[in-house]
Amino acid sequence: MIDRRLFLGSAAAGAALLAAPGIALAKAATDRRFVFIIQRGAADGLSTVAPVGDPAFAGIRGPLLEDAQAGAKLGSFFTLHPAMTETAKLYGAGEALFVHAVASPYRDRSHFDGQNVLETGATGAYRLKDGWMNRLLGLLPQGEAKAIAVSPTVPVALRGPHEVSSYAPSALPTPTDDLLARVGDLYAHDPQLSPLWNEAMATRKLTSDLSAGGGQNGAATGALAARLLAGENGDRIAFIETNGWDTHSGQRGRLNAQLKGLDALVGALKTGLGADWSNTLVLVATEFGRTAAINGTGGTDHGTASVAMLLGGAVKGGRVIGDWPGLAPAALYENRDLKPTTDLDVLAANALAQHYGLDLARTYATLFPEGQRPARIDGLIRTA
Amino acid sequence: MNAQTIALSRFGLGARPDEALPADPKAWLHAQLGGFDPRPAAIAAAPTRQEVATQLAEYFEELRTMGGKAARQAPASVLARPQPASMTTMPGQPMMDQSVAGQPKSPQAADVTQTVQQFIRKASRDYYLTSVAARTDAALTTPAPFVERLVHFWANHFAVSADKLQVIGLVGLLEFEAIRPHVLGKFEDMLVAVEQHPAMLLYLDQAQSVGPDSRLGAIAASRGRKVGLNENLGREIMELHTLGVRSGYTQADVTEFARALTGWTVDGIGRGPAARAMGGGGAPGAFHFAEAIHQPGARTILGKKYDQPGVEQARAVLHDLATSPATARHIATKLARHFAADDPPPALVDRLSTAFLKSGGDLPAVYRVLIDAPEVWNPANTKFRTPWDWSVAALRAVGSKQLQGQAIVGLMNQLGQPVWKPGSPAGYDDIAASWAGPDALVRRVEAADRIASRAAGLVDPRQIATKVLPDMSQATSLALARAESPGQGLALLLASPEFLRR
Repeated sequence: MIDRRLFLGSAAAGAALLAAPGIALAKAATDRRFVFIIQRGAADGLSTVAPVGDPAFAGIRGPLLEDAQAGAKLGSFFTLHPAMTETAKLYGAGEALFVHAVASPYRDRSHFDGQNVLETGATGAYRLKDGWMNRLLGLLPQGEAKAIAVSPTVPVALRGPHEVSSYAPSALPTPTDDLLARVGDLYAHDPQLSPLWNEAMATRKLTSDLSAGGGQNGAATGALAARLLAGENGDRIAFIETNGWDTHSGQRGRLNAQLKGLDALVGALKTGLGADWSNTLVLVATEFGRTAAINGTGGTDHGTASVAMLLGGAVKGGRVIGDWPGLAPAALYENRDLKPTTDLDVLAANALAQHYGLDLARTYATLFPEGQRPARIDGLIRTA
Repeated sequence: MNAQTIALSRFGLGARPDEALPADPKAWLHAQLGGFDPRPAAIAAAPTRQEVATQLAEYFEELRTMGGKAARQAPASVLARPQPASMTTMPGQPMMDQSVAGQPKSPQAADVTQTVQQFIRKASRDYYLTSVAARTDAALTTPAPFVERLVHFWANHFAVSADKLQVIGLVGLLEFEAIRPHVLGKFEDMLVAVEQHPAMLLYLDQAQSVGPDSRLGAIAASRGRKVGLNENLGREIMELHTLGVRSGYTQADVTEFARALTGWTVDGIGRGPAARAMGGGGAPGAFHFAEAIHQPGARTILGKKYDQPGVEQARAVLHDLATSPATARHIATKLARHFAADDPPPALVDRLSTAFLKSGGDLPAVYRVLIDAPEVWNPANTKFRTPWDWSVAALRAVGSKQLQGQAIVGLMNQLGQPVWKPGSPAGYDDIAASWAGPDALVRRVEAADRIASRAAGLVDPRQIATKVLPDMSQATSLALARAESPGQGLALLLASPEFLRR
């Protein structure tokens, strides 16, 4: 009996050899890299890729308008946050694609549940134990199924039957400034702990996370991930943690620092990957977006749709895609959030199927087994 | 804090989300006094005393024979080399072998010595790691967390410290062999088991203490060698283990008790001529009474004359110490401090002390007073968790069951309370002032973050909170709800003011 998969594989390789001698399709496939950067805490898509062309935007985002207007133009309707200079260059080189009004199937506003859905690929929280990135490994040839988590432990997205490893970057200090700040709040009214904590914080030289060091921490993480991924024996799939996106207050400064860190991370990843960058797909996504309107403390609260980014030399970029729902009050989800028009799972399945030359239906059914039939989104990835 | 939380955290070791909350907290505690397994699988898997002691014996033998060879070969010019401090004391070879062990060595011999020392250091460390893992396993999985807490309490009361090379491999065994079997028994039995344990005999130098007028002591003296009575164990038994400091005993009492204790030593560790003269020859590491170094004669301690022969003499002293009112008060004060408040409520100390005396040191009778004490159930009387307490509670809260010894050792070192290594026979302090410092607090938050990041994704912090902190403050509940990730929520739970206390 002929193994159908093997038969298809060798037929495809044969066809490629005939069509273009010197370019072995099979080899090209094994060079593919995929990186998922998770933005934990719900990143504000409307600040990252700002719809300055929407007539309602200026009205609801007044205090943050200056940044939106200062950013690089992404066509005539959107601008990219001005902190993201490296990403703007990628856009210019056709290596950055933004998909707006994206959301996972999760519709409530809990970080825990939202991240669980984002990582398991289920339609609800705590329904699946394994992560969709682990299931992706099962779809890939053995040589390609090497995954690493750039985090102290294996995150839910990578958990499952396929073996993965994790590597904690020493440049990512724990705990984050954000956690320390929250602990400080928690101790504020405790007569014993509060003075102790204040003293500790006063004497402690604050080490920090993605948002600090003017992007240095992000760059260090990106460079580390690139080292793990680069070269023939490098890992092929990586998961990178980023925290600190929960900007309920003082969003302008905090998000600026966060995005600067993310931008530096992506820049260092590209530099470090060298030639491998051309075969790389980076997906940047968050568990949900934030409210369209700004709240009373210069921040935004938990929302629904956000922006997802596809970055890398493998991406057919230089575009913003998605079905823009508009920001007029009636167009908002539950009268407050950007309405989701593209399913993040469908986007990921399409991008990965194209990136690895896999069948879309099978990819989707494997990664997101609880979803309905996926819509096709063609042309996300450059054809070899 | 409600009654369930007090039962689980102040009496117990913290809630496990996978275990049901006790329906009747007091009954749950009383029931634990009815059945406790001193040797659950985790403890049974720890290295045995014989294994550790045999290794030690080989180490000392190696040093002894090497020392002799090196001495014969040593050229005159290197005879002045100073003796490494760690070579000077060999248990069970108190004096006859000093001529050998005390010889300066050639550089080559020093190299070999170093290799041998590295070997025993490594072996001892392995025993230590395995023992720490066993202790932690037992604490995480025990069906009787109140009794398990009492084991930790007594191990700290009878503290040995893994500072001395000879005791590093044995420190865990003191708890497993001398504390656990007696935690629900008589105080006196625990006391005797502890004072006859090789870890204590070696840690407090009893194994080297020689009666000047004993048979071997007299021989040594006739050869012009100074032989020593060592008062260390005698003093600490009175000051720390029983009567308590400044309770009325004098230096003369200590010296007399030390004389009575001569001959209490460890079997099978020394193999030189002196060791042979001391008899024994039983299992390595077993308690051995060596008549040959026991100071003959009657002793007078705290005004009472002890004229028992041999091992019975110190044993009789221990009996009187174990049942003394001063001891009852000392133990009652420490228990009240551990379970009620840093400043022990005097009325509770009185009741515990009375129960101790009336029952003849029957520990469950004393524990029952604790269970029924309103002072312990008073939510206003909180205790700041020590690093060990907090770590065990945190690991139980996230559902951990089996951990590598190295992971626990690293965690406890980071938090400033290395297991079985208090650095002094007084053990670790049991008051907040010793543990709640600015740096300690940050380290705890760092540890919370690390424990949480390992467990994140596997557990839902909101669900854990309902079991672990059922009556948490609104501030903590809000902080959990607002956390930006499950990992952060878990870290905040473990670092919350409520979780830092019990």
